[in-house]
Amino acid sequence: MTTWLILFIPLISAVLITFVTRRQKDLSSYISIGAVVFCFILSIDPILNLLKHPHMEPIQQSFSWINIPGLHVEMGTLLDPLSILMLFVVTFVGSLIHIYSRGYMHGDPGFSRFFACLSLFIFSMFGIVLSNNFIQIFIFWELVGLSSYLLIGYYFEKPSASDASKKAFLVNRIGDFGFILGIFVLFQATGTFNFIEINHILEKGGIPDSTLYLAALLIFCGAVGKSAQFPLHVWLPDAMEGPTPVSALIHAATMVAAGVYLLARTALLYHLSPDAMEVVAYIGGFTALLAAVIAVAQNDIKRVVAYSTLSSLGYMVMAMGVGGMTAGMFYLTTHAFFKALLFLAAGSVIHAFHTQNIWEMGSAFKKVKTTGATFILGSLAMAGVFPFSGFWSKDEILTATFTSHHYFLFAIGILVAFISAFFMTRLVFVTFFGNERYHGHPHESPPVMTVPLIILAVFAVLSGFAGLPWFEPNFGTYIAGPSHGGHGEHGFNFFVAGLSTVVVLAGIALGYIIYCRELTKDPLEGNVLYKLAHNKFYFDEFYDNFIVAKIYNGIATICNFAEVNIIIHLFVNGFAYLTRESGKILRLTTTGKLQHYTLIMVAGVVALFLLFGAL
Amino acid sequence: MEKLFFLIFAVIAIVSAIGVVSLRNPVHSAISLMVCFLQVAALFILLRSPFLAAVQVFIYVGAVVVLFLFAVMVLDLGKERFGGYLHHQRPIALVVVIGFVFVMGFTILHGSLDAPLGNYTEEALVKNTEIMGKLLFTKYVFPFEVVSFLLLIALIGAIVLAMKEKR
Amino acid sequence: MIPLSHYLLLSLALFSIGVAGVLLRRSIIIVLMSLELIFNSINLSLVAFAHFLQSMTGRVFVVFTITVAAAEVAVGLAILVAVYRRRKTVYVEELNEMKH
Repeated sequence: MTTWLILFIPLISAVLITFVTRRQKDLSSYISIGAVVFCFILSIDPILNLLKHPHMEPIQQSFSWINIPGLHVEMGTLLDPLSILMLFVVTFVGSLIHIYSRGYMHGDPGFSRFFACLSLFIFSMFGIVLSNNFIQIFIFWELVGLSSYLLIGYYFEKPSASDASKKAFLVNRIGDFGFILGIFVLFQATGTFNFIEINHILEKGGIPDSTLYLAALLIFCGAVGKSAQFPLHVWLPDAMEGPTPVSALIHAATMVAAGVYLLARTALLYHLSPDAMEVVAYIGGFTALLAAVIAVAQNDIKRVVAYSTLSSLGYMVMAMGVGGMTAGMFYLTTHAFFKALLFLAAGSVIHAFHTQNIWEMGSAFKKVKTTGATFILGSLAMAGVFPFSGFWSKDEILTATFTSHHYFLFAIGILVAFISAFFMTRLVFVTFFGNERYHGHPHESPPVMTVPLIILAVFAVLSGFAGLPWFEPNFGTYIAGPSHGGHGEHGFNFFVAGLSTVVVLAGIALGYIIYCRELTKDPLEGNVLYKLAHNKFYFDEFYDNFIVAKIYNGIATICNFAEVNIIIHLFVNGFAYLTRESGKILRLTTTGKLQHYTLIMVAGVVALFLLFGAL
Repeated sequence: MEKLFFLIFAVIAIVSAIGVVSLRNPVHSAISLMVCFLQVAALFILLRSPFLAAVQVFIYVGAVVVLFLFAVMVLDLGKERFGGYLHHQRPIALVVVIGFVFVMGFTILHGSLDAPLGNYTEEALVKNTEIMGKLLFTKYVFPFEVVSFLLLIALIGAIVLAMKEKR
Repeated sequence: MIPLSHYLLLSLALFSIGVAGVLLRRSIIIVLMSLELIFNSINLSLVAFAHFLQSMTGRVFVVFTITVAAAEVAVGLAILVAVYRRRKTVYVEELNEMKH
């Protein structure tokens, strides 16, 4: 019952705001905030329950939605450690971001619309987290895409924002197409959509490896789209056109993590298909590296954070790919805290400086002390400095990579850790220290914005201790429950931890050397690699000029031809012609003469008697 | 004896009916129609329904035919043009009508339309009118009222329609 | 005793003659008379059925039919008069306004 309540309260809030309280802006925001906070309070009970019983059995509540022979679709909720963890992350981070939005969006004309969309998003996200079958998760998967579209395009009067929202939606569609095909393949093989039933069938075995491989890869397509993995990563940086709280909530903490969550949900499937896991791991690793390199050469504070998100997502997917389900989910949790923190702090900075370009800020720390301090804490967590949360979670991923003998990926991971530390240092120094390059009089944000920052900062610093490898029960004990095929914990490896610490410190040192001085522009400008990275390795141009220009326009030409000739000429005009001509013929029968009609009537009576009469 | 009367009435009815549709002078047609109505009234008596026979005579012979005659005279129709009094669709119409007769005749003769002859009580035969009157004002009083209202409407409608238009 | 089918055949004959009149005659007044013939044939068969099924309902029904027929004639002739005044014709085929 509680789960259903959690699921539907945000929807009620969205509907209420849209139809009733649209004009009362304050009331709208209170409804939305109240809804998500209430959900957070409701979700405390399952969390406490989980903490009491680490190996809880999954609780399912479902009713039959479509039931015809050969197809049974349910609507239901599933509470297991995985979904409870996600529920906690979404409600907790969501609550803070809702509260923060009240300050950040203050005075915006679409205030109520913003909160309605946020509520809709929270509803859809709960749907993904709580669903117990593939059809339902797909429906909410699309709903999340829709609310993301609405929120990216929140400033729809700005062409770049509406373009970005369209791009996000369309790119996601590509991944989702693979996802639904994967669902069908899996349904074909197992005959059910229910996660738990599928897991039982998979455990029994008997499904050909090729089918599993295909299903795993296709479902991974969905994760690639939603979690913005290479080659569908192009939408996420553009999605930063949306308001900053949206970037924090949707494009950092929750929605983009849905892809990782999906991989964790279907962990058993990947466990049974090692080839697919390799693909997942390498795509994740490549994305992490690519995004980290691009992040070095960006000048927009939100974009840097966005690319760091991409990189982190790649990290998580890589963890999933090497079998570190627990590590991936742990990183997802800590990442949600410190990345939401980074975005919100970045939003607070933008709020203060009215620009997003870091070269127009500088020495900001003096003006926005709280924001600056929380941002630096978030950066340290992101960079993975001991003992911040990022250190523990990243360490688990690296350990998982190392112990599963993926040495190449391990090297990539170390490299990414180095680059991440470097660009986070760059961001911090360029934005908050150095010489003053801003104009006007920036001021600190109101408490409604800074208090969530402080709370998030506390979690960003401390949440790593939930996964300390030396204590039982720790994070992994709960998540790697009996119902999952993940490998569980990987212990602590002093070589890995030491290496990553050294590398991170090296990255920070390099960043300090290059950027901690009086600067007006990036000293690395002019470098070929910098240019490449600054232009995001020309992925957008490649997609625009090749995919869009050639393939897309080719399809458009064919569609146009088909539309003009088949639909318009054959169907539309053809039917009009047919109607007109048959009308001309039938017109002859309406002579307007009474006796003709009577004659036809009597003839009809005779005909009916001949056909059906008792003759 | 009854059969003989039936035959006489039936033959006269059919002949006069043919007269109605084939005579050129509308006045002759109207007179023929009246003859036909009288035969039907006689048949009603053969069917032990004297009240209906009386109603038939009053309304059809007394009112309807007279109305027709008035209409003919008011409009001063005279004879239709020679050769032009039949509609030009007559071949098809004849085929259809003959087909209709065959179909219905076959149905009547070979179908299951025959019903067992009932034995009326003496009262129903003698006091036919009384029974009908009672029925009309008890069981069928509502349709009776509806029909009387309909008549009123027809009366007013006919007056309105036939009124000379005001200039 | 005369069987029911005799009455029905007579009714059919009158009905068919009436239909033929409606279909064949050009004059609208004859068409109306033919309609009356059809009415009568139906009345006849109704009374015949009522007689053979020992039912009073059929007879009462005939009373109503006759009343409605009278109303119909009154209105029909009134329309005829109105049409004649306006169009100066009683030929059905010349009244083809329904075409447009």
